[in-house]
Amino acid sequence: MCGAPKQGGGLAGVDLSTQTVIQGSVWHDGSPVAGAYVRLLDATGEFTAEVVTSPEGEFRFFAAPGQWTLRSLSPVGRAERAVDAEVGLNETTLAID
Amino acid sequence: MSRSDVLVTADWAQEHLGNPGIVFVEVDEDTSAYDKGHLAGAVKLDWKTDLQDAESRDFVDREGFSALLSAKGISNDDTVVLYGGNNNWFAAYAYWYFKVYGHRDVKLIDGGRKKWELDSRPLSADAVQRPATQYSAAEPDTSIRAFRDEVVSAIGQQNLVDVRSPDEFAGKLTAPAHLPQEGAQRAGHIPSAVNVPWSKAANEDGTFKSDEELAKLYADAGLDTGKDTIAYCRIGERSSHTWFVLRELLGHANVKNYDGSWTEYGSLVGVPIQKGA
Repeated sequence: MCGAPKQGGGLAGVDLSTQTVIQGSVWHDGSPVAGAYVRLLDATGEFTAEVVTSPEGEFRFFAAPGQWTLRSLSPVGRAERAVDAEVGLNETTLAID
Repeated sequence: MSRSDVLVTADWAQEHLGNPGIVFVEVDEDTSAYDKGHLAGAVKLDWKTDLQDAESRDFVDREGFSALLSAKGISNDDTVVLYGGNNNWFAAYAYWYFKVYGHRDVKLIDGGRKKWELDSRPLSADAVQRPATQYSAAEPDTSIRAFRDEVVSAIGQQNLVDVRSPDEFAGKLTAPAHLPQEGAQRAGHIPSAVNVPWSKAANEDGTFKSDEELAKLYADAGLDTGKDTIAYCRIGERSSHTWFVLRELLGHANVKNYDGSWTEYGSLVGVPIQKGA
């Protein structure tokens, strides 16, 4: 498997004592943005992964501890946010102006 | 072979939907994207259930591929235009796969599904049924497919291009970061491989960079055009993207895709592995 698992939903079966999960949702005009492309860039700005948000605007990455940047692309606009991730659950929101 | 022979724009695709002799094919792992909306008239191929053998870790065989394309209503003479999600990873994999089985005229839609969606172009949820054909696949062309023993022999001899992300190359991650971290027994990369992430060949909207940018990218990475090249990733789909760039866009002569990739190599007993950047 190499495509992204379904975005959103529970974290059952994910071991948060070892996995570094970065998740959250994309918002625009007070509503979640479904079908936005969210990419995870590493500390050097290099592309690491990309997912498409769920109907509720959610995204999730399995990364490693460290500095990351989230960037979303969608027909309504783009947003970017830096994340300092640690082992376990790291939650954030991407707001498109 | 040049860019216009193998790559079409979203505009071209939209203008040619429904044309006889052209079959649009969406290739994804998760076909729910297709089911919600696809290019009008496009058929779907499931990367896993349609293109992978159910038992052994391999392609479906020649008869299986012939039967698959016959059922999808694709003829040997049709122009097959592929597109998909994940920046065309799986569409590029299918492109390579169609070439292994000798399909003559195959093209990719530049930017794939992402570009199409970002442009807010129309999608259809209508079921697509094409009349069955009598497709006949050729003998597999192994001049574009690398197997493990030749990969081991290629260490220090040929260009090995690891197209995974820098953290996977360095051995910090064993899978792309949108997936739970699992896979091969060992992390790292094949000794002497250069790391040119597939993503460096693409723009943010999923389209390929220009020929000039691409040529510079691989020249700067130290690719020796006088040598044969093997591209690999984790399971062979991102490296299909790079294989497409090197062989079909840049016209390098002997380029193979190693679809066993890190999942196989990183689990082999007794082969050398390097870690770090």
